[in-house]
Amino acid sequence: MADWPILSALLLVPLFGALLILTIRGDSEQAKKNIRYVALFTTLAEFVLVILMWSMFEVGEAGFQLIEDHAWIGESIRYKLGVDGISMLLVVLTAFLMPICILASWESIQDNVKEYMIAFLVLETLMVGVFVALDIFLFYIFFEGGLIPMFLIIGVWGGPRRIYASFKFFLYTLLGSLLMLVAILWMYIDAGTADIPTLMQTDFPASIQTWLWLGFFASFAVKMPMWPVHTWLPDAHVEAPTAGSVILAGVLLKMGGYGFLRFSVPMFPVATDQLAWLIFGLSMVAIIYTSLVALAQKDMKKLIAYSSVAHMGFVTIGIFALNSQGVGGSVFQMLSHGVVSGALFLCVGVLYDRLHTREIARYGGVVNNMPVFAVVFMVFTMAGLGLPGTSGFVGEFLALTGAFQRNSWIAFVAAIGVILAAAYMLYLYMRIVFGNLTKDDVKAMPDLNLREKIIFLPMIAVVLWMGIYPKPFLDVINPSVEKLLEDHRASIANHELGLDMAFRNSGSGVLSAHETQ
Amino acid sequence: MSQFHIIVFGPLLGFLIAGIFGRRIGDRASMAVTSGLVTLSAVLSLFALKDVAFDNNMYRVLVMSWVQSGDMVFDWVLKIDTLTAVMLVVVNVVSALVHWYSIGYMSADPHRSRFFAYLSLFTFTMLMLVTSDNLVQMFFGWEGVGLASYLLIGFWYQRPSANAAAIKAFVVNRVGDFGFSLGIFALFLLTGSVLFDEIFASLGTYADARFVFIGIDAHALTVISILLFIGAMGKSAQLFLHTWLPDAMEGPTPVSALIHAATMVTAGVFLMARVSPILELSPDALTLIMVIGGATAFFAASVGLVQNDIKRVIAYSTCSQLGYMFVAIGASAYGAAIFHLFTHAFFKALLFLGAGSVIHAMSDEQDMRNMGGLMKMIPLTYIMMLVGTLALTGFPYTAGFFSKDMVIEAAYVTENGMADFGFLMTVIAALMTSFYSWRLIFMTFHGNPRADEKVMSHVHESPPVMWVPLAVLAVGALFTGVVFAEYFIGHERLAFWAGSLMTHAGDVMDEAHNIPGYIKWLPAVMMAIGFGLSLLFYILKPDLPAAVARTFPGIYAFLLNKWYFDELYDRVIIRPAFWFGRLFWKRGDGKTIDGLGPDGVSARIMATASRFRVLQSGYVYHYAFAMLIGIAIVITYFVLTGGGF
Repeated sequence: MADWPILSALLLVPLFGALLILTIRGDSEQAKKNIRYVALFTTLAEFVLVILMWSMFEVGEAGFQLIEDHAWIGESIRYKLGVDGISMLLVVLTAFLMPICILASWESIQDNVKEYMIAFLVLETLMVGVFVALDIFLFYIFFEGGLIPMFLIIGVWGGPRRIYASFKFFLYTLLGSLLMLVAILWMYIDAGTADIPTLMQTDFPASIQTWLWLGFFASFAVKMPMWPVHTWLPDAHVEAPTAGSVILAGVLLKMGGYGFLRFSVPMFPVATDQLAWLIFGLSMVAIIYTSLVALAQKDMKKLIAYSSVAHMGFVTIGIFALNSQGVGGSVFQMLSHGVVSGALFLCVGVLYDRLHTREIARYGGVVNNMPVFAVVFMVFTMAGLGLPGTSGFVGEFLALTGAFQRNSWIAFVAAIGVILAAAYMLYLYMRIVFGNLTKDDVKAMPDLNLREKIIFLPMIAVVLWMGIYPKPFLDVINPSVEKLLEDHRASIANHELGLDMAFRNSGSGVLSAHETQ
Repeated sequence: MSQFHIIVFGPLLGFLIAGIFGRRIGDRASMAVTSGLVTLSAVLSLFALKDVAFDNNMYRVLVMSWVQSGDMVFDWVLKIDTLTAVMLVVVNVVSALVHWYSIGYMSADPHRSRFFAYLSLFTFTMLMLVTSDNLVQMFFGWEGVGLASYLLIGFWYQRPSANAAAIKAFVVNRVGDFGFSLGIFALFLLTGSVLFDEIFASLGTYADARFVFIGIDAHALTVISILLFIGAMGKSAQLFLHTWLPDAMEGPTPVSALIHAATMVTAGVFLMARVSPILELSPDALTLIMVIGGATAFFAASVGLVQNDIKRVIAYSTCSQLGYMFVAIGASAYGAAIFHLFTHAFFKALLFLGAGSVIHAMSDEQDMRNMGGLMKMIPLTYIMMLVGTLALTGFPYTAGFFSKDMVIEAAYVTENGMADFGFLMTVIAALMTSFYSWRLIFMTFHGNPRADEKVMSHVHESPPVMWVPLAVLAVGALFTGVVFAEYFIGHERLAFWAGSLMTHAGDVMDEAHNIPGYIKWLPAVMMAIGFGLSLLFYILKPDLPAAVARTFPGIYAFLLNKWYFDELYDRVIIRPAFWFGRLFWKRGDGKTIDGLGPDGVSARIMATASRFRVLQSGYVYHYAFAMLIGIAIVITYFVLTGGGF
């Protein structure tokens, strides 16, 4: 049973579903319905498989598990899959959000349903692939391949300015990707392997680490997104259909953080230490800057998009704090944000489906006719502002604890973002939900229907579970985080030892290099 | 499963039942379930107090293992020592009485089950706060009560002012929480733990430790104490972070009594008492606490002098009395702070609920200028309010007399650097307290009725479900002082507190017994003067207030406008925040980043592309050829440089 290739199955199931949908002909209502059900059952099957994966996963084991390894292009570029405590839950997150996305598109997508569902299912394979790939080229293919369905989802099923948004999205990510590809090629040529676990143990020379680090940084910073390369995100979110926003915020943004953890930190430890200030600086600016921008927004989706940038700032700060609480908190925060921001975009979607506007001022007093929605939205608003008892608190708190140990300034500035988060989230909630119901069209909005309740119920359960009893998640994450940190410390020590030796052998020439450590 | 599980989780159960099934089981069932469970908690709390404080037991009850992240390990544990047991009694007794009172007060409200669910939610989170055995658990409760407060202030969500007040309360509290959380991080950095017992045990090692905080090399425990105190300032509405409390009066009056007088706002005082072993090692922090506490006592009392809204007068009074408690903390008289918290809970809840009865009788009128002459029409309420006022002003042998005098005396004898300031401020505030309290009584109950006849014809005494809780509180306001003084602040205090807060033989409370007689009687004299002035202004010469206001228009406006704090914050913080938000959005993101980035690049590409349009031949082999050349260049580069840069 242990040899059963469950990760490959995870990659194949959505593709199989997509093939099945291809065979459904016609444009009738019945055909559309069949397509939707096939997509739904495929993603549900995928989710069941993912739960199975979790049960097969050895909690407490730090290294990669469930490994599959086959020759692919020659002997050195391989089809190699595996998960550790950092990536496993991101796969779970992806599979958790997918059925929700399909359900969220049930009624709002009426044109080209077939192509839409295929795009989503292919996207699922590619996203899962990013998190399970243990070969750097395989990773790159999944990582970049994910762009294409997302580009189409925004460009075809998006809002009025979808072409502008999708091109902006594409321009930014393309630039980052090319630089990352150059870095990957260099590493492959230098180390002679594309195997990620091996590359994590490879000691690249310090001078070259900086360049490689920057190459990866270009790509991950855009994905994350970090200030100032974040401006594609609000536009992409605003134009994307609801389910597209959910995936964008829920999973695609996590690839940046995952990339930092899988590549930048373990493979280029010296550069990571040297350039951490850059990450801290940009993240602190991001948190304050985008929180203030969120405060001034008049568009619901933009507000939540900007808040995502701020939340990702906590993630990058935590990762580069390089201690247990910081890194562990960041991984937790990525999972939490995946669910919470996804749910917030779904809440916006609920309103948009009814009134077809994202302008906050057009709403008001919604609680009067949509009390169930008001409760749901309240839960996610509180999770969004990091209230203890919701998932949003745990990650944020741990990440800030880690940051404080690194440098109190970072925690000080980032904690101001926690205040601002309360302001913009509650201000949004008040303008939409509270007040008197004065507008006739708002008055006519019905409360959540059964389908919408089914969507939100598991999300609320997860947000509260992670917030009240985070232990099962932390137990999965922590061993791998500890290993990452140990390896990091060891390679830094190793490196300094090497420099010391060089210093002793060759005199003062290396002194300046040593001082920059 | 222990009685402590029932005490803490009973209200949670009530919240869940009323919150989830409220609409199905109906208002009556919701009210019965929530009130019943909280009453059960209250009764059990009284037994717990006897068990812990008088039979000298202590409990640590594990609820569940919680978080483990590197060195940061903590569980969810109910820690029941004397300090916690006292708080259990305060929270649960007042909460139970407020639940019962609300059955009458909210009888016409269509959302009663929601209201009672919120009340029980608040009670649960407050219990989590006071039973915590580590800082993070306390922070859970700390922000949880913030949520409940937010929901209850904004309970009447149709009112824009209520919504604004709710947000203000949450955000201002978040400013305090900012300090609290940084304090937790700093304590963890210093001691490697967030558990109270572990931290206190290791304090000796860190008494002189220093660390760099935001670029300042400072005494570590002082920084930590001040950060935690900032948290306390937010929750307990101390000067500079006080602006949310008066606005919180937008919530229903029972909420004001429970949350914004008796329990939640005293959480800051509780926190300071809980971490008193840390504060004791930082004289500088104690000095700061003394200054802020004294200034708050004075400031809030001065504003209370001229307010016309009956609830706002009591709100500023609460703010001022919280200042007293912090003066006691600053004087290292932690027992006195908790004692004042304890007595204050009874008489302030009494005053608020009494004010609620008045508002109820007056058809929701809150402006005292439209009241007057109610004494004979609602005599029960009048007597209750009178009892509350006597206790608040410190009339001899009422509850407030014992606790407030001890605060003032402690400020007199302590060696805190700003002790004289604290002493002076609290003495002056005692005079003002007496003045505004009697002013409230006179304007509301005495003189001629100023309301119109329609309102006056509706004036009625509250039903028993409302006045019985008042009577219970009145008993507390009269007798808790004389019964408990010996234990909280007297000779029995060492055995009573049993190490749950810093107290030792020969501390300020011992010294406070040996002070000159005129200091001892000074608060009583102040009270008498305040009463006399109030009598003169509002009974004997009713024209006087207006004349004084005309003579000193500047001072009057300054006080009436609450020292212009709201206006200041609006200009210095709120408007700039929105201004910067728009600036970053339009100019930063729009003009600069997009202008130089994607939009600029695409514009440039368009311009260039139109020039190179001739190359756009449409033949695939042209493109393939171009790509080939490109790849050749890249490969050549790699081969020649060996991949280096």
